[in-house]
Amino acid sequence: MKVSYYPGCSLHATGKEYDQSMKAISRALNIELKEVDDWSCCGASSAHATNFDLSIALSARNLILAEKDAMDVMVPCAACFNRFKTAEHHLKADKDLKTKIEGVVGAKYQGGIAIRNPIDILYNDIGIDTLEKKAVKPLKGLKPVSYYGCLLLRPPEVCEFENYENPFMLDKMMAAIGADVKMWSYKTDCCGGSLAISKTAIVVDMCDKLMSAAKEADANCVVTACPLCMANLDMRPSEGMKLPIFYFSELIALAMDLPGAADTFKSHIFDPRPLLTELGLI
Amino acid sequence: METFLEEVNKKIHGAPLQRCYHCRKCTAGCPMAAHMEYNPNKVIKMIQNGQRDKVLNSSTIWMCLSCETCITRCPNQVDIASMMDALRQMAIQNGTVREANVLKFHESFLAGMKFGGRINEPMMMVQYKLKSGDYFSDAMLGLDMFLKGKLALLSPRTKDMKSVRNIFEKTKLR
Repeated sequence: MKVSYYPGCSLHATGKEYDQSMKAISRALNIELKEVDDWSCCGASSAHATNFDLSIALSARNLILAEKDAMDVMVPCAACFNRFKTAEHHLKADKDLKTKIEGVVGAKYQGGIAIRNPIDILYNDIGIDTLEKKAVKPLKGLKPVSYYGCLLLRPPEVCEFENYENPFMLDKMMAAIGADVKMWSYKTDCCGGSLAISKTAIVVDMCDKLMSAAKEADANCVVTACPLCMANLDMRPSEGMKLPIFYFSELIALAMDLPGAADTFKSHIFDPRPLLTELGLI
Repeated sequence: METFLEEVNKKIHGAPLQRCYHCRKCTAGCPMAAHMEYNPNKVIKMIQNGQRDKVLNSSTIWMCLSCETCITRCPNQVDIASMMDALRQMAIQNGTVREANVLKFHESFLAGMKFGGRINEPMMMVQYKLKSGDYFSDAMLGLDMFLKGKLALLSPRTKDMKSVRNIFEKTKLR
């Protein structure tokens, strides 16, 4: 299959491991990615927290650019995904707003392409069976808890993600590649990412709570699909509370034994390599 | 004259706040309720009571993380996260921003976007530090990130910057 690809700002910087591993597994699974031409930032929290019209228009600019390629657009970053789905929701529901935003952007919005997160594409289009077959190096001994966070799921009528209070797609994918996925009640709790820089002390407590819950569930790592959760959980927990944090795509690349799959681990702030070495996975 | 409730309702692009029957489910699920001066349900009550100044001067509206647990669980589809967005926007226009650093972070982020169309994290952080005066926190973390290649000093920009700046210009709050 072929899809448009919107990396967003994080995937070119703090979330570069997500970009690299996503591209690697897409190639190996025959998903051709075509980057959206001349994309700009989705506006993220800072636009919607301060100016509604700005937040919709910034996302609309990118959706209109993606529409030129007339393919579904893959949006790996949970924050960009959330902003695009929110813009789509409002533009489709409110004609006056649509006219106003088209005036601001200077182009027409058609609303004809689907905005998709890679978890949805891998689970529904590629399928669990294929992932299982392609996992030539099953992740034996790895005990992750899956962490979805907020932005992929909420609000449910906007994000249209499965089982928003107890999602399972990530869990099933990780089980398919040989990991011993642990159950916990914090899959969809917020990590505090949006205030990590301006209200750090509160956010450290939130991250510590998640880490202790993961340890209580007997997990030895956390798997996520959001670059903001990743950065936050990788950096903010107190000393002694930390666990290795992975993007799901890094673990799929590792299980598929793709060339260079282990390269992304060296840029994690909390080094996951001692755990992976101990388990004989790298 | 427009009441405060009507003013907020117009800005939330969803169900009106009168739909709230104060079951407090929003507050029960809010990860920040313990750190808020007024909990989310209390804010709705205060808007219904017309307490404009108190609400727009509160720190609560800046402590909301936009995790959207409240609207997910509200039995009446009251979009409290959008309400918080609307209240922040009104507080900015009102000149009553209680949590200055939260707004300074947002301003630094948007300034970065206006400059290059995409966010360059080191530049954004330098700008935030200059604005907030909080020079030293996270310095070691920043260095570690830099050494691991997570902070690129130069990153590709959007080419058609005119279209991005136009969006900022045309949506400017008046």
